[in-house]
Amino acid sequence: MKRLEQTFADNRIKGETTLVAYITSGYPSLGETVGLIAAAEQAGADVIELGVPFSDPLGDGPVIQATGQAALDTGTTTAATLDVVAEARAAGVEAPIVLMGYCNPFLRYGLTQLYDDARSAGADGFVVPDLPTREGAEWLANAEASELGQVFFAAPGSSTERIAESAAASRGFLYVLAANGVTGVRSELADGIDSYLERVRSVSGDTPLAVGFGISRPEHVAALHGRADGVIVGSALLQRIGAARDAAGRRRATTELISSLKAATR
Amino acid sequence: MNGRFGEYGGQFVAETLVGPLEELEAEYQKALVDPEFTAELDRLFRMFVGRPTPITELHRLGTTEHGVKLWLKREDLTHTGAHKINNSIGQALLAHRLGKKRIIAETGAGQHGVAVAAACAYLGLDATVYMGRVDAERQAPNLQRMKLLGARVELVDLGTATLKDAINAAIREWIAHPDTTHYLLGSVVGPHPFPTIVRGFQSVIGREARAQFLEENDRLPDAVVACVGGGSNAAGMFSAFLDDPVRLVGVQAAGEGRGGEGGHAAPLLYGDPGVLQGTRTYLLQDDDGQIQLTHSIAPGLDYAGVGPEHSHYKDTGKVEYISASDDEALDAFAALSSQEGIVPALESAHAVAGALKVAREYESGATILVNLSGRGDKDLTSAMAALQQREETTR
Repeated sequence: MKRLEQTFADNRIKGETTLVAYITSGYPSLGETVGLIAAAEQAGADVIELGVPFSDPLGDGPVIQATGQAALDTGTTTAATLDVVAEARAAGVEAPIVLMGYCNPFLRYGLTQLYDDARSAGADGFVVPDLPTREGAEWLANAEASELGQVFFAAPGSSTERIAESAAASRGFLYVLAANGVTGVRSELADGIDSYLERVRSVSGDTPLAVGFGISRPEHVAALHGRADGVIVGSALLQRIGAARDAAGRRRATTELISSLKAATR
Repeated sequence: MNGRFGEYGGQFVAETLVGPLEELEAEYQKALVDPEFTAELDRLFRMFVGRPTPITELHRLGTTEHGVKLWLKREDLTHTGAHKINNSIGQALLAHRLGKKRIIAETGAGQHGVAVAAACAYLGLDATVYMGRVDAERQAPNLQRMKLLGARVELVDLGTATLKDAINAAIREWIAHPDTTHYLLGSVVGPHPFPTIVRGFQSVIGREARAQFLEENDRLPDAVVACVGGGSNAAGMFSAFLDDPVRLVGVQAAGEGRGGEGGHAAPLLYGDPGVLQGTRTYLLQDDDGQIQLTHSIAPGLDYAGVGPEHSHYKDTGKVEYISASDDEALDAFAALSSQEGIVPALESAHAVAGALKVAREYESGATILVNLSGRGDKDLTSAMAALQQREETTR
């Protein structure tokens, strides 16, 4: 949690947009995940969002669905993902790592045990896309007890009251959905995103705002400079990783995309 | 409405859907106390759906072996052939009130899809139905009916290409177009307020059946039996008997009949609580919380979850949940057809099979009311093939 807060605070002072890179744990294999995390960090990713695969990822589009299914097919679990976090820390990764996953695998693991183990492994927080604030009390209590982040969401159709509630509840940052729909590469940022971000900012207080869904190109990142504290890239990165031929190519693809996006954060 | 059934239910959804769900709940509550809405719903039930449906006394099934009298609530006689139309008409009217002209829906057996297509055609709404490719193949007549009724049918290849995956596809589509689209969910599953709304529109089954049974018998039945996939026909039927001294029995799909070792769709017997598709309920899941494969010969029961209300009733003991296997359902399918002249849906054949098990526990003279939730025309090809295959392997 401290590491997460510090990252956003440092970048705010530098006038840079915090770059969050989403990687699916276990895609294409558990053995490659730490290498991909390290490549993303070295290329300039400020925060790693590590996806814990689920059989029924309702908030995800085809790209992340496919990576999650591939990861499940090779035996990736919540426990294995916590091991990945610990290995990444052992390998010298210092960027904050937030775990993105759906309610059911986390509940099955047991919330108290999960937050304890996540903290021990070196994770910094949780992003749970099927957990709105009204269902989040027990999760938040665990996050507070373990000093981990807990990220809630704002959507374009959210009322101002609900955005305020989500921002106030969020620990670390508020995930601002740039568009309706599921994750995926989009060619343009949604119309009206500026006024939407202003509306979010008017009620979000000190909570950093990270914008995700459809962020795939440097021009998207540049367009959000000064309007949001952070940007999240997921499907575009996994698409590049998926298109590469071998492990070295996948690391190179990560480096290339993250570097080009990083250049647009300043 | 708090959206909870004991510790089950809730609203575990993307933030994008919280607003539309709040809007739906508010409109439903307004509609319930609006005499114009309830009058219109009653009128459509009467002159489009064909309500009230009768109850039918059986003369051989149950009586012959056990001396127990079975009565069927004939939801198979509704327009489009299953109870699904009650909810489809009700929610289509709600969507109309919300000003949403575009309807999306999932379907397993195709009965909900056909009901949505018919309701939308009648009320002038645009319908898109998501159906798993596996289900589309085993319920081909319903696929054709949906298209004929003017619905767009999107086949879903994801996951196991059955009901759960069709729901996933429909929810993703709803997340993409929450402002203009109404998701017409077909069972008492999903996030609040769907379990409450769907039960509300299906409660007409129980209200009618209870009054009809009293009229015919001057007493209540000893037991009421219904099949439970998502559980909407059972929720509607049971809703009228919750305060009565009547035994309530839900029948889940035991599939291959290997008990808890897989090859079934009976989370209330072999599952554990978890969160799927917006609600906390009993689920078939592995140790890592991944949703497991299910199997039932009845596509409408082939689902890893169940309505949260049923999970609550299981824990409290209000309803007893048993199971019937593919084989037992096929036996009931054949027996009800040849001995009583009624071809049941394979889903409803599970209820009949379950009722015959329950009948064995009673003395002669007892009465059991069974919800015959749908008719079997859609199942002829797959049921006849399964019966023939069984005959060949036992020969």
